[in-house]
Amino acid sequence: MSLVDNSTSISFLIDGEEIPFVKGQSILQAALAAGKYIPHLCYHPEFKPNGSCKLCTVKINGRPGASCITQAEAGLSVESDTPEINDKRRTLLQMLLVEGNHFCPSCEKSGNCMLQALAYDLGVMSPHFPQIFPVRLVDASHSDILLDFNRCILCEICVRASDEVDHKNVFAFSGRGITKHLIVNAESGRLADTDFLATDKAAQVCPVGVILPKRMGFTIPIGRRKFDERPISEQMEKVADAAGIAIRESSP
Amino acid sequence: MSIQTPLETIDAVLARNLDNPTRLIQILREIQEALGWLSPEVLAIVARGIRLPLARVKGVAGFYSFFHTQPMGRYRVLWSDNVTDRMLGSTDLMSEMCKKLWLEPGRVSEDGLASVATTSCTGMCDQGPAILVNYRAITRLNSQRVTHIVDLIRSNTPLTDWPTEFFQIDDNIRRRDILLGNSIQRGDALRSATQQSPLAILEEIKRSSLRGRGGAGFSTGLKLEACRNARGSGSNPEHYVICNADEGEPGTFKDRVLLTTQADLVFEGMTVAAYVVGARRGFLYLRGEYRYLLDSLEAVLSRRRADRLLGHNILEKDGFDFDIEIHLGAGAYICGEESALIESLEGKRGIPRIRPPFPVTHGYLNQPTSVNNVETLAAAALISVKGGDWFRTIGTAKSSGTKVLSISGDCDRPGIYEYPFGVTVAEVLADCGAELSKTQAVQISGPSGICISAEEFKRRIGFEDLPTAGAFMVFNTQRDMFEVAHNFSHFFAHESCGFCTPCRVGTTLLKNCMDKIEAGHGSEYDINEIFKINRLLQTASHCGLGHTACNPMFDTLQKFKPAYERRLKSLAFEPAFDLDETLSQARQMTGRDDAAAHLESNAEENS
Amino acid sequence: MNKKIKVATTSLAGCFGCHMSFLDIDERLLELLELIEFDRSPLTDIKICGPCDVGIIEGGVCNAENVHVLREFRKNCKILVAIGACAINGGLPAQRNQLDLRDILEEVYHTSVGLAQGSDIPNDPELPLPLNKVHPIHEVVKIDYFLPGCPPPADAIWKFLTDLIAGRTPKLGHGLLHYD
Repeated sequence: MSLVDNSTSISFLIDGEEIPFVKGQSILQAALAAGKYIPHLCYHPEFKPNGSCKLCTVKINGRPGASCITQAEAGLSVESDTPEINDKRRTLLQMLLVEGNHFCPSCEKSGNCMLQALAYDLGVMSPHFPQIFPVRLVDASHSDILLDFNRCILCEICVRASDEVDHKNVFAFSGRGITKHLIVNAESGRLADTDFLATDKAAQVCPVGVILPKRMGFTIPIGRRKFDERPISEQMEKVADAAGIAIRESSP
Repeated sequence: MSIQTPLETIDAVLARNLDNPTRLIQILREIQEALGWLSPEVLAIVARGIRLPLARVKGVAGFYSFFHTQPMGRYRVLWSDNVTDRMLGSTDLMSEMCKKLWLEPGRVSEDGLASVATTSCTGMCDQGPAILVNYRAITRLNSQRVTHIVDLIRSNTPLTDWPTEFFQIDDNIRRRDILLGNSIQRGDALRSATQQSPLAILEEIKRSSLRGRGGAGFSTGLKLEACRNARGSGSNPEHYVICNADEGEPGTFKDRVLLTTQADLVFEGMTVAAYVVGARRGFLYLRGEYRYLLDSLEAVLSRRRADRLLGHNILEKDGFDFDIEIHLGAGAYICGEESALIESLEGKRGIPRIRPPFPVTHGYLNQPTSVNNVETLAAAALISVKGGDWFRTIGTAKSSGTKVLSISGDCDRPGIYEYPFGVTVAEVLADCGAELSKTQAVQISGPSGICISAEEFKRRIGFEDLPTAGAFMVFNTQRDMFEVAHNFSHFFAHESCGFCTPCRVGTTLLKNCMDKIEAGHGSEYDINEIFKINRLLQTASHCGLGHTACNPMFDTLQKFKPAYERRLKSLAFEPAFDLDETLSQARQMTGRDDAAAHLESNAEENS
Repeated sequence: MNKKIKVATTSLAGCFGCHMSFLDIDERLLELLELIEFDRSPLTDIKICGPCDVGIIEGGVCNAENVHVLREFRKNCKILVAIGACAINGGLPAQRNQLDLRDILEEVYHTSVGLAQGSDIPNDPELPLPLNKVHPIHEVVKIDYFLPGCPPPADAIWKFLTDLIAGRTPKLGHGLLHYD
């Protein structure tokens, strides 16, 4: 016996909780809209989903899949917050931590960083794997923005923002495999030689400490920052996604 | 003939490619062939010419192994680094070449003359060790040939003046069946098809139960049907047919031989497929390693156009228009994955797309596209002539027809063998001259396939048991199966596209783990790490490359664990890096060599 | 059950900040000393570690001596704990990993401005040689627990130690788990 009127409301289950959705929403979008948090890094509600970080991997009717690129369907049974899946998410975070050079104590994004906040929330106590310690550079050429590639997690959010919103294509990827890296659209490769502005969308969306506005690193002191206050899983704010559907989402 | 300036060369290439950004890979290849490398200035001119952001063009140039954004010397020598090349002595021969040219692997010589490095399997496993010199294949390397090549390089001899026997590539067809032994005349398959309706020929293909020969084994009839039924979108709706000749799986070389000996049949299969789905354009995506085939394939296409087997109103059939373009890849295994291949055809980095939607509905330029393997299309042409029922009488219940195997490794007669599906591994071994008692393993379908041990040699080639894209690498009892897996771990790390976290980082962590065990510093802990990474790659990777990247380690750990254990330093835990080696720079700078200037990586002290 | 738990601590390539934060547990130290006694530690001045229940290591591995001390701890301690950012991922000292050690030594002792005449790279056998790269300690020996932070707050250290002593798997939770 069901009390839900199926003609007006369609839903699926995540961890046994009923999640209503609108046709066209991904599992992740529907979950966030319903206040059910699924960890994610490369998803941003204002841009097309990318599906690369794999943090939002869930089991859909028993099969693993990234929830940001899987359409919600009535009657699906999704597992997300399980020891097995969270263990895999910890491993993914540890991979990201050893892939780049993440020295939180000297990073001005500390406390506002989604990578760090997710690692806190999932209880990542160490990077576990041997550090890769890649040699990456810093680009301080731009008057208002600092680029510190050491912390890049290749989420592609800035690439999408600069393309889809700013229409400037300031960022792109080069390299392949472990040598994949973010590049800047200038013959010199320097940010100063682009038309990038601190007011661009792409300047606001980096989930980690790569794209940083200059001269405001410590206006809010360490310890009183966004994720110092509450865990990332408890901070989902109302914003509209690319399709104009109101969803709740955490973005720093 | 006047000599073109670099700018004129670039302009000519851009003009030839109609300033079309979807042809970016071809544009970069053609310019590099003329100018040697892709300088920042060149990339900037190209970006302006095709109206793409420079960073995108740089990103594409930086993705493919065969594009160089640094000068790599007038002679760029790449040694095929498949395990079969190694088994034939490539490692020593390459060091010999480096020594004779006075250079370090991967570095350009001081005078800018040459560079020597490794590349993923070049598809010459039956006649290795193989190299590419300026992307032209040379086979059967030995010490004598290395010396000769070094002399030619040092004397600055143009490649066109090198001995022609260097570039001779053998077909080595050892067993023919319906495909390699066919007596079909050019045009037969197409004549047969056009006498029927597209739906009738589709039914014939469905009736044949033909399944894709690239490894996955999806029903070809269903794929063509889904593509045919999908509506093209936008102002210019089209359907496309793509022949996947990006034969990158190490140990596979049957498509090379099919394209050498059966090119007409393959193109004919493409044309039949085009007739079925209603495509007017098709592409052959040919791996960059097979660049040497381009001219002869273009000649086959020209002849087919002249014979009205391609072009407008094919075989006088009103409205049946179809033509084929050849696109060359540029050194990226991932482009064998159909959606990455399509990205590459569109002039982009070869990143597998999010699926669904699948190419049959949203493929090339977002239009319905059927991507089929070379061998599949050749088989489709056969079916067009001889019918689906005939085809289904060959092979087994769930695997109709034949399979062309590429056999290499420890056997007397490596080469191409075509068998009806259902043949046992033991029968194949007997035919190729591999003694059963002296064979310990066969790697079926390459690194992403399965490694089987002697007690499994009764297993059968076919979708019911051992599906394969064709690679069949034989290892005798003298071979170290750890080394095989070690080689494959490097392959996957090199070929991961870098899109998703688990594959990008995981394949490198696996490689590092295998390097550590190889160097004699491993422990049981590292073995457990391999299993841990395997579980993540299976669950969370974006595409098949990540899903299968751990297979070689997983299989050999199951079946040949002593090959690992005898290299382990201890059963507990060993440092992640070589402790004594990490004092080397300080020793060098201080000139010290006393006892305290060394660290033993010794398990007892470590306990 | 009144046998006290033996604890050893040391700092490798660290700044002793984690030790200072440990002292910040203030009067709780007295409570703690009811339960534990210190073996080798800057607090006792014992130079060689004996058999211990718990070893707590601050700092990463940047030279040969760090490796020896770390191994001594691993050999003697049933439970080995990495405390602080440097032990866990190399921390600040590991930021030299972007540079070649030879270039660093060359610049520091040969080419930088203001060096004394005849300045040379020290090669006294008494001095431990630096490693090519700085490494977290879990890359050298097996580590049982990690307590991140730069430094971990005193409350995190207290929570961690009391959990451990009571035989519970240590859990920090929001507010106590910090990498900065």
